Amino acid sequence: MKTPTIKQDMLVMLIFSVVILTMPLWLEPLGANYPDLLQKFAIFGIFAVGYNILFGLTGYLSFGHAAFLGIGSYTAVWSLKLLTMNILPALLFSVLMSGLFALLIGFITLRRSGIYFSILTLAFAQMFYNLAYSVLTPITNGETGLQLARDDARVIDRLFSEAGEGLPSTDFFGLAMSGYSGFYICAVLLIIAFFISQRIFHSPFGTKLRAIKSNQTRMKYTGYSTRPYLLTAFVISGMYAGLAGGLMAATDPLAGAERMQWTASGEVVLMTILGGVGTLIGPLLGVGIIKYFENIFSALNEQALHQAFAFMPDWLANIMVFLTSPFVGEGWHLTLGALFVLIVVFLPGGIMQGIDLIKKRFSSPSKNSKTEHTSSEARLEKAPENGQ
Amino acid sequence: MDAIFLQILNGLDKGGAYALIALGLTLVFGTLGVVNFAHGALFMLGAFCSVSFYKLLTLSKQVKDESITFFDAFKEQPYLEIWFGDYGTTIIDLAVPLSILFAIPVMLLIGLIMERGLIRHFYKRTHAEQILVTFGLAIVLQEVIKSFFGANPIPMPAPEIVSGSAPIGVLFGLGESVVYPWWRLIYLLFSGVVIAGVFAFLNMTTYGMVVRAGMMDRETVGLLGIDVERRFTVVFGLAAVVTGLAGVMYAPILPPDYHMGMDFLVLSFVVVVVGGMGSLGGAVAAGFLLGILQSFASMNEVKSIIPGIDQIIIYLVAVVILLVRPRGLLGRKGVMED
Amino acid sequence: MSNTILEINDVQKSFGGLKALSDLNLKIEEGKVHAIIGPNGAGKSTMLNVCIGQLAPDSGTVTFNGENMIGKAPHEINQAGISRVFQTPEIFPDLSLLQNVMIPAFAKREGAFKMNIFRSLSNESDVQDEACQILTDIGLIGQLHTNAGSLSRGDKRRLELAMCLVQHPKLLLLDEPTAGMARHDTNKTIDLLMKIKEGGMTKIIIEHDMHVVFSVADHISVLAQGTIIASGTPDEIKGSPKVQEAYLGGAHL
Repeated sequence: MKTPTIKQDMLVMLIFSVVILTMPLWLEPLGANYPDLLQKFAIFGIFAVGYNILFGLTGYLSFGHAAFLGIGSYTAVWSLKLLTMNILPALLFSVLMSGLFALLIGFITLRRSGIYFSILTLAFAQMFYNLAYSVLTPITNGETGLQLARDDARVIDRLFSEAGEGLPSTDFFGLAMSGYSGFYICAVLLIIAFFISQRIFHSPFGTKLRAIKSNQTRMKYTGYSTRPYLLTAFVISGMYAGLAGGLMAATDPLAGAERMQWTASGEVVLMTILGGVGTLIGPLLGVGIIKYFENIFSALNEQALHQAFAFMPDWLANIMVFLTSPFVGEGWHLTLGALFVLIVVFLPGGIMQGIDLIKKRFSSPSKNSKTEHTSSEARLEKAPENGQ
Repeated sequence: MDAIFLQILNGLDKGGAYALIALGLTLVFGTLGVVNFAHGALFMLGAFCSVSFYKLLTLSKQVKDESITFFDAFKEQPYLEIWFGDYGTTIIDLAVPLSILFAIPVMLLIGLIMERGLIRHFYKRTHAEQILVTFGLAIVLQEVIKSFFGANPIPMPAPEIVSGSAPIGVLFGLGESVVYPWWRLIYLLFSGVVIAGVFAFLNMTTYGMVVRAGMMDRETVGLLGIDVERRFTVVFGLAAVVTGLAGVMYAPILPPDYHMGMDFLVLSFVVVVVGGMGSLGGAVAAGFLLGILQSFASMNEVKSIIPGIDQIIIYLVAVVILLVRPRGLLGRKGVMED
Repeated sequence: MSNTILEINDVQKSFGGLKALSDLNLKIEEGKVHAIIGPNGAGKSTMLNVCIGQLAPDSGTVTFNGENMIGKAPHEINQAGISRVFQTPEIFPDLSLLQNVMIPAFAKREGAFKMNIFRSLSNESDVQDEACQILTDIGLIGQLHTNAGSLSRGDKRRLELAMCLVQHPKLLLLDEPTAGMARHDTNKTIDLLMKIKEGGMTKIIIEHDMHVVFSVADHISVLAQGTIIASGTPDEIKGSPKVQEAYLGGAHL
């Protein structure tokens, strides 16, 4: 693949920014343009874009990134409690704190690769999760989760004004973090995050990361010390997760330990895979699809299904409702799991691979069969030789 | 002294469960080279085998309650009791141990379907893809169970004759006050028997010998004209049965719920990695080691020195062992290095 | 007499009970093409593995340019100026040919680690030109943007050679560069090796094909059972009865 020129990259950035900032408009017909959901898109977008820098570029599968999400959230809530309701310091501290922890955890876990790395990251995330529920209760407030209180110190805010009645709400220099202004703040951060990720992907540094994924042995004998590269990627993606966690707390000032559970790490892996690992835009597609369907599906119930199948004859509608009802509402996770299996089996490259295949089919049908052949050949060669 | 004795028992008993689950996981990994994240779900399915078997045995019919005479009251009476009287009651009481007989064919079938239907397409794919597809499968399985059995834990009774505690202290000269639940002793014994059975199968039968050879070098075994694929299927079925049985017998200890598999999955992976991927002996040793360490870490005396240690001990040990011994306790060189 | 660039002194290496290298002594002169020949299992690849830090010897020293190489990490040895072509091509199958060659070029320019996140790869025209030049020399310029994984085996080998050449190493190690190649490809590789020979780069070449060895080598050492049994110019080696007995058996020539 040819690396795009700066001009092409800037064009992509421009289109991307327009698409993101106009989301409230074009998501309206889909019924997904309300602020809560839009904020979720942007926040999980940042999380997935960052995760992709590690997993997509280096191939290191971390099952511990939820820990950084949680650390970001806790740090942000503490900043909101102690300093100010302005989210700027909260976000800065979240990014810094999760970056620090990523440095520490990455330094240890990156001594191993493959499944050993995955298990090590998982072990760390589980330790944080378990500790957050037990010994760290003074910091995390255990099962209740860390919340704001009216009588929190908020030293910086107190310099300017007296504590008001009721709970204060978060803002960014007067812009409220709730509603559409909250979405636009998240969206701008997503655009910046995407820009940095694009720069990394197309820089010599990013190419070296992909070279590590492709053949780490060769990298070492080519004169590269691979571990600092991996550690940098790990810390950057940890900081992205911290930012996402901080934003979660900024939009809804509550931090709970369940955010650190390893299934939360699984979710970001799923989003990245679904969209297309190692592609720039893929993870965002994954986030959009999963968060959108989560919203739609989990809101459906049998009644809604009966309405949806009302055009069919009664007996058929009943069968359809019977067949589909386990997949909606509470059963949304079943849909998610099944989707996961289907994607990995049929489209390991995610949606982006699907788009590529369609593009090729339309552009040159004769060339198509050849490229498919070579790519499957490449995959065969890449398949690890197990049990040696 | 009494406390330490009980903690060792406790640890052995926990370790028995860890070892059984890890044994199946490492068997699948060692022979098939597949990282199976749906393994915890097999444990969960095993536990629900005993739940469904119990439900099956207690299928009831409404009958008139004759103890109440002043109005027409009805009560549920299991068909088994109607048909066989007291024998029926005994059979229901023994539901959990009897469900082993039920679980073996069911788990074997589930294992075979999983391997033939999905896993075998992933032998040549990357480990990341294997993890992802089996992770998805695990979610599907647990959601299916949730939609059938609900989200709440379902308590399962142990048979009445072993429901109390055993005066185990007398045996070891520690006095009668040292007691331990009968069922957990049975579980320990059971896990020992199953582990011994698996090792006997692998070491004393020619079939097992081929499987072990396959763990060492799959390609060569394939070149020798042995149908490796078919044996893989059987090995996967065996692993499913072993893990399922671990789940069946665990039901009276921990009331089964749909996400117990995920909880045990993380643990069993840690056990396997600590023992050394693909090493059967390592998995068993690490299972018991981690079980004992965990029960000692949850003693109040230890917790007062290092608060919270009981929550993280297993992961901490895993991190330390992996850093000191990259291949775990008994791992072989070159397994899963990349 | 020119300088010695690589010196291997009393190197021992055993794998379990098997002695792969015993009292290996070898001096490589700067600017020469030094061929190592010997029967299968003589320890040729083990010797290269020790040189690039892939294996630690049990005892003995390896000195490169007056600097001890034992105990150094592979990337440090490469940065010191040793590049290696492996027996089975080690390339980056998921990257394009251009990127495959640009990566080693960056290693030469920027060292073992540099965090240049905000520069675009497409703006690195110096490195790109250099890589294109090498790819032209090697005859792969037509496939600049194809993925290296889809190349034929012979082309993969040549690509790997290009990846080493772009680093302008002081010492280039070639492990059977023509193994498994058709005669036509072998001749192409010989031409290539002759071409880069003029550059004055020191090379150690392990090869089974005597046609290749006698075409390119200035100096030949014969390795058998982990130790050097003969050393000399191609003509001396051809005439040595000891070598004929141990390895060549006469019939090969």
